Amino acid sequence: MSAPAASLSSVVAAAPLSIALVGNPNCGKTALFNRLTGSRQKVANYAGVTVERKEGRFLAPSGRLVRVLDLPGAYSLNATSADEAITRDVCLGQHAVEARPDLLVCVADATNLRLHLRFVLELMRIGRPMVLALNMSDAAARRGILIDRDKLSRELGIPIVSTVAIQRDGVRDLIAQLDNAALPTPPAPRDSNLHADVRRLLADCVTMPRHTASVDDALDRVVLHPVWGLAILALLMFVMFQAVFTGARPFMDGIASGMQMFGAWLGSAMPAGPLRSLVQDGIVAGAGTVITFLPQILLLFLFILVLEESGYLPRAAFLLDRLMVGAGLTGRSFIPLLSSFACAIPGIMATRTIQDRRDRLATILVAPLMTCSARLPVYTLLIAAFIADRKVWGFLSLQGLVLFALYAAGIVSALVVSYTMKLWRHRRGHELEEHALLLELPSYRIPHVFDVAIGLWERSWIFLRRVGTVILSLTVVLWFLSSFPAAPAGFSGPAIDYSLAGRIGHAMQYVFAPIGFNWQICIALIPGLAAREVAVSSLATVYALSTSADQAATQLQPLIAAQWPLATALSLLAWYVFAPQCLSTLAVIRRETNSVKTMAIAAGYLFALAYLASLVTYQIAHALA
Amino acid sequence: MRRNWHIIEINSHLETHFEIGFDPVYQLTDLPRNTNATISEVVAHSAHDPIAVRLAELGFVQGEPVRVVAKGPVGGDPLLVQIGYTRFALRRSEAARVMVNAEAA
Repeated sequence: MSAPAASLSSVVAAAPLSIALVGNPNCGKTALFNRLTGSRQKVANYAGVTVERKEGRFLAPSGRLVRVLDLPGAYSLNATSADEAITRDVCLGQHAVEARPDLLVCVADATNLRLHLRFVLELMRIGRPMVLALNMSDAAARRGILIDRDKLSRELGIPIVSTVAIQRDGVRDLIAQLDNAALPTPPAPRDSNLHADVRRLLADCVTMPRHTASVDDALDRVVLHPVWGLAILALLMFVMFQAVFTGARPFMDGIASGMQMFGAWLGSAMPAGPLRSLVQDGIVAGAGTVITFLPQILLLFLFILVLEESGYLPRAAFLLDRLMVGAGLTGRSFIPLLSSFACAIPGIMATRTIQDRRDRLATILVAPLMTCSARLPVYTLLIAAFIADRKVWGFLSLQGLVLFALYAAGIVSALVVSYTMKLWRHRRGHELEEHALLLELPSYRIPHVFDVAIGLWERSWIFLRRVGTVILSLTVVLWFLSSFPAAPAGFSGPAIDYSLAGRIGHAMQYVFAPIGFNWQICIALIPGLAAREVAVSSLATVYALSTSADQAATQLQPLIAAQWPLATALSLLAWYVFAPQCLSTLAVIRRETNSVKTMAIAAGYLFALAYLASLVTYQIAHALA
Repeated sequence: MRRNWHIIEINSHLETHFEIGFDPVYQLTDLPRNTNATISEVVAHSAHDPIAVRLAELGFVQGEPVRVVAKGPVGGDPLLVQIGYTRFALRRSEAARVMVNAEAA
């Protein structure tokens, strides 16, 4: 008898189990997912960061493979956003692609049971196997919240485990429960009022000394204060941008001089010829220049990650909502727009948490105007070359101020564009329906070093991979275009004038001369369409090939400082505030709005603004010079 | 149109209740900051008012204690509302759907 039983249990153990994590926003579901699967992902603290499909897997101690799906946070199965619709469809088994999971792991924040238990009860009505994970049970214990788990489990009729997603062994009980071969199905629900049930369960099983964490109360009194709150927000943003420019400087200089030494060493070690030119002028001068900007990008991401993790971002949305509504957006737009300062792609994807269709479209269309980190290389190069390195009022760096002004130009133009869209909607009579906010402000949390480090590592990896693939290959292609066909003997002027790239650049000048771009810039704009920072590597390559002295070739900044008029530099800065020089962003707009027309509108209006802004900038600066 | 009608109704409520000394009934938007109150009703603006439905799902149901914790810097909009253990930012138009009885001080 024992032999067949053993083989049967081994068969059961071998069958993979598919589970889905489901719960309210801010229940710590994503952190739990990371802890379970060890997957390297971003953990955040504002409502609805989980906008992508996330799946991971792990081996339970019995050898059973568990596939874990991390569903978007939802307040209810009665979906009001694209996020919630996915959760609803998967839970009900109605999703077109996603198979119905064998087991739902319902995650609830132990410190916020009154809200989260309602959704638990709603999910139980589906009648599928389910386990309840009381997450953040450490925080609940600290606040003196006592939960009679056994009693709650008996009342609900489903197994309950306590979890602490931020502790190494915080999911032990959950894994043990999942390893249990039997899948517990909840009892048929009584047909009653969910809110009444929640009240009864809380009264019977939970003791809660006070409704809020005293830290939250104290912090919110200051952070949400009409005057202090706005002052803190403005100060945070200002410190962030000053730090990005000045704090990263020593590291950038270090990398730059390392690259220069490497280029010089290569120059002396390799025999002269096309190969040396490719490595030195193409790869080291091009891709190497872009790597220099890594410290700046990391610092920017560090700020955004810490703000996200701490729970501050929804507070900022609260403070700015009224102003943003006035400009045709919503407080919820703040989070996607702030992410867009790092990169418009995750920013546009984060707009999925905006329930209102019109607010979402407006946010998507202006997100590319936020100064993304890929513009930083261009800005930094031009600012360092053309703006004097001196202090204003004794302590503010002038270069930092100019950078701040460029960021501000992006923000102001975004507000103007969204306001114009709002007026247009009004005129077309599209404003009959009310726009909704309904935003949860979660408890403050101390950012977890481990999670921030993972986030930063992800960012630097993505950046370096871009340098290694897209940027490197475009740099090499550009080197070929700029080097061939080779100039015949006796050709006067730099050899690059004779090359394909030189001819394309000269042809483009007919369009770009009024805004002060020389042919080198025109060439750099083409590969710069793939990614903005490529323009810097392209300029480096073009200039490396057009100078005769090999030694000067690796230093782009002094070269353009000597050769460009100030008006051209300012015009190029203005161009980069607006121009949609990023094919991936346009692709994401098309995917997220499912509309080629919207993408074309975005690209069209951004290029038009860019040309106009550059034209005005160049003509004024030229006249004043 | 419908909303105006409600406001008129609430105003008349206010008067009567004050006169006979009951707990006053407010729209949540009129509730002073940090005053404890209990929800008496969530008014739907139409038959399938999605905002009223979502408010109920977030815990805005009759009998729940509620408190306005903070107001936005511009025009006192939005309101930060403590309901149960959670804080929600509600625009004034959303909060106007929630009728409350203020606790007698």
